[in-house]
Amino acid sequence: MTSVNQLIGVSLGYVIFLFAIAYLAERAAQRGKGGWLRSPLVYTLSLSIYCTAWTFYGAVGYAARSGMEFVTIYLGPSLVMIGWWWALRKLVRIGRAQRATSVADLISARYGKSNLLAIVVTIMAVIGVTPYIALQLQSVTLSLSIFSEPGGDAPLNQLIAGFWVAFGLAIFTVLFGTRNLNANERHDGVVIAIAVEAVVKLIALLAVGIFVVWGVAGGLAPMMEQIDASPIGAWDMDRSRWVALTALSAAAFLALPRMFQVMVVENEDERHLQIASWAFPVYLLLMSLFVVPIAVVGLDLMPAGSNPDLFVLTVPLAQGQVGLATLSFLGGFSSATSMVIVATLALSTMMSNHVVMPVWLNLQGPGAQVSGDVRNVVILSRRASILMIIGLGYLYYRFSGGGSALAAMGLISFAGVAQFLPAMMGGIFWRGATRWGALAGLCVGFSVWVFCSLLPSFGPGAVLSVATFDTGLFGLSWLRPQALFGISGLDPTVHAIVWSITLNTTAFVIVSLFTFPGPLERLQGAQFVNVFDHSTQARGWDAALATSEDLLIMTQRILGATEALDLFRAEAARQGVQGHLPEPTPGFLQQLERELTGSVGAATAHAMISQLVGGASVSVQDLMAVADESAQILEYSNQLEAKSSELSRTARKLRDANAKLTALSVQKDAFLSQISHELRTPMTSIRSFSEILRDTDGLGQVEKTKYASIIHGEAIRLTRLLDDLLDLSVLENGQVNLNFETGTLSTVLEKAILTAQASGTGPLDIRRRHLDEAVTLTTDLDRLTQVFINLITNAQKYCQADEPRLVIEVRQDDGAIAVVFSDNGMPIPPAARALIFEKFARISDNDEAGAGLGLAICREIMTRLGGEISFQGGPSGNAFTVHLPTQAALAAQ
Amino acid sequence: MGKHVLLVEDETNIIEAIRFLLSREGWQVDTHSDGATAVDTIQSMRPDLVILDYMLPGKSGLDILTEVRADPDFAKMPVLMLTARGQSRDREQAEKAGVSRFMTKPYSNTEVMTAVRDLVQLAQ
Repeated sequence: MTSVNQLIGVSLGYVIFLFAIAYLAERAAQRGKGGWLRSPLVYTLSLSIYCTAWTFYGAVGYAARSGMEFVTIYLGPSLVMIGWWWALRKLVRIGRAQRATSVADLISARYGKSNLLAIVVTIMAVIGVTPYIALQLQSVTLSLSIFSEPGGDAPLNQLIAGFWVAFGLAIFTVLFGTRNLNANERHDGVVIAIAVEAVVKLIALLAVGIFVVWGVAGGLAPMMEQIDASPIGAWDMDRSRWVALTALSAAAFLALPRMFQVMVVENEDERHLQIASWAFPVYLLLMSLFVVPIAVVGLDLMPAGSNPDLFVLTVPLAQGQVGLATLSFLGGFSSATSMVIVATLALSTMMSNHVVMPVWLNLQGPGAQVSGDVRNVVILSRRASILMIIGLGYLYYRFSGGGSALAAMGLISFAGVAQFLPAMMGGIFWRGATRWGALAGLCVGFSVWVFCSLLPSFGPGAVLSVATFDTGLFGLSWLRPQALFGISGLDPTVHAIVWSITLNTTAFVIVSLFTFPGPLERLQGAQFVNVFDHSTQARGWDAALATSEDLLIMTQRILGATEALDLFRAEAARQGVQGHLPEPTPGFLQQLERELTGSVGAATAHAMISQLVGGASVSVQDLMAVADESAQILEYSNQLEAKSSELSRTARKLRDANAKLTALSVQKDAFLSQISHELRTPMTSIRSFSEILRDTDGLGQVEKTKYASIIHGEAIRLTRLLDDLLDLSVLENGQVNLNFETGTLSTVLEKAILTAQASGTGPLDIRRRHLDEAVTLTTDLDRLTQVFINLITNAQKYCQADEPRLVIEVRQDDGAIAVVFSDNGMPIPPAARALIFEKFARISDNDEAGAGLGLAICREIMTRLGGEISFQGGPSGNAFTVHLPTQAALAAQ
Repeated sequence: MGKHVLLVEDETNIIEAIRFLLSREGWQVDTHSDGATAVDTIQSMRPDLVILDYMLPGKSGLDILTEVRADPDFAKMPVLMLTARGQSRDREQAEKAGVSRFMTKPYSNTEVMTAVRDLVQLAQ
């Protein structure tokens, strides 16, 4: 009889052996000699963490209780592996392409890097997996207790034993799970230890099986007879349970955090999957081969009431095979420990990345500098998470009492994590899936699972009252945990699985259809669903396609001519190649990518080499990353450019303003000089003649009258000038009040001609066509009259022809009216024409000339009236045209 | 006296007034109203005094003065300049150009007559 102490010694020795292997593997990997560590065989064996203590011990118990149904647990994963081409390959490709570190990371990445989703998934995973960890602790302590019973040593305190097992596992996981922080989250030591444990548990189970068949039953034929005689052998399948359980284990296989860890995160080469697709089902087949014989023999052999979960141990012990029993114990131990280690690792990654780190970063405040110290914080948070998760498992184990059968608890856990499946599969196959859809599906599915599967598992009256079981939650009969929506008669397990997954999927699809994905979500959706279009299988470079010369040219552009040449020469020398062009080996390409990364950023370097190597297409993600890098530079240069153009704009504005001010000042000076001249000149005459009249004695009456008339005329000239100046000022400032009236054009012209003739200078023959003038106008008639008077007076003053003549014509075009005043005077010289509407622009030296404000006033008036005045010089005279706005245009104003 | 005065001015009423004042005291008065040809007239007439308006059509009084003074023969000829522009800069420029007396319009008749007499006396 082996004492418990001996067994503990063996366990410790085994653990130390595992430590050693893991340690050596890590060292080999660090020295770059770990290629063998990542073989397809190791990959396949690492997948065996699917077979936990539940499978190792529980399958026999399951068979002893429920017959062949245990097969479903193996059938589901086998189907997934055999059909790997469809879903698993895509999952692995996406996981690697996105560098997903966990299920939570993957789901969050798919739905626009939503940390909310990641947190939800993490919490669900911890809730779903913690009982499972407790289960493993329970199985180890339970198996230990088997050895203590017959020996009669000090009775084993299971809780204390459980604590030490948990403690040991935590130490192992911390040591090998968080030794280093790789971007890819791979753990060579852990993986190799798991592979070894996979071999141990397989050998142990096979050994017990062989012993049972050939050592106890007496060979294959008697064994078959015994099986036939046993009720287990009868294949009375409950079809719904079979289908549901097979589907469930398949779903769990894909969605379990620990399976994602070994299958996707620790995957070195996608091709390993291809080999595992048949090798892993073979492994499962071997694991299940002797389950039925052991169960049948155990039921026969062992006393009634003994725990069938432990037949694997108790049957050899009962036969006195202590060595075999010890091996079997190690097998179970291996199953339990490997599961706990990987599951904890996976959960702690999720916890740390999605819960602890965000909280920590938040606590640091927004201004926190994320520096190299973060690395230590990450490791610390990882370790704390590991301790917390194993601690939770231990607490659950301690307080749940561990009463339930292993298989039942395993199934509940499976159903819990299977809730991730719709969001995962929807995410990789359906671009329309949205964040809110995923969140809705997860929450609905998980709630149903908690209500229909987890809580009832504690038994009626434990968490849910008996009344709830009978009459439903809140007394609503459709909320009975085992007969949801009034559909009773289903097997409780099937009921929970079907409802949770169905409602989960329904919520996921419906909410996805009614919500819109964000831009990042869309992009990620495309990346996930079309992953095979974007990424290439091999991450390394296919050297054959790149030519060294192209690479050199590109490198020279980035690193500089001499540096690039030195780099290539050194590589050529290392390869033993003459000259400066080395072979573009994958290693060299990787080195080159690193060198370039230093200069242009990782994404750009990758994209550039991709371009040259040609075989690898540049993925959308690569381009996005390049865009990110260049966007920062662009952003900066854009800012600079914006600043400098803003400056030059301001400078130009200042220059313009200055020029305007200068021009205004010059104009003002000229204007003041003009005004001064125009005012002082008549004043001079007035003063001079008034002094003559006053001071000269004996002035004749004729002279007196003449000089008085000059004074009178100059006074009128002054008044007119002041009137014009004020008028112009008012018009120019826009302060003029226009008085719109309706009248006929002929009346206006009549009045203007009469006024002009009254001021009477020179005989002017005015010709009109009265018929054309019968036009109704709505405008400021007085102002229009003022314009006409001005034009007629000008003709009177300046038309020097022998028979001065002014022709007034009215033209109508589309409602627009033009009044043309053409005389037969000397044409105004072309040089002066541009100036005639300017202030003080006097063309003539005529004494009758005004101050030169008349036409300037006319122009201002016409602008205010919405029309215009223009000048047309001809060979035989001058013409002014007054354009009046159409009545429609006026109405619109 | 019988001295010869050339009046370069374009305002008829002002010409009339100055001619009246000067002729009454026995001055011989010639007038010229075009700026462009004023220099030629001054040089050919060689009057004892020139009364020069500042703002003239064709050429400004300042330009005329500058051109006249450029000829050494006319360096000492008395020039009385009248201006209706009220700017102090005009006076500075005229003095720089060698004006003998600078007066702003409107002036008093006595002032002008005194200036004319003084200038001619000084020149003798």
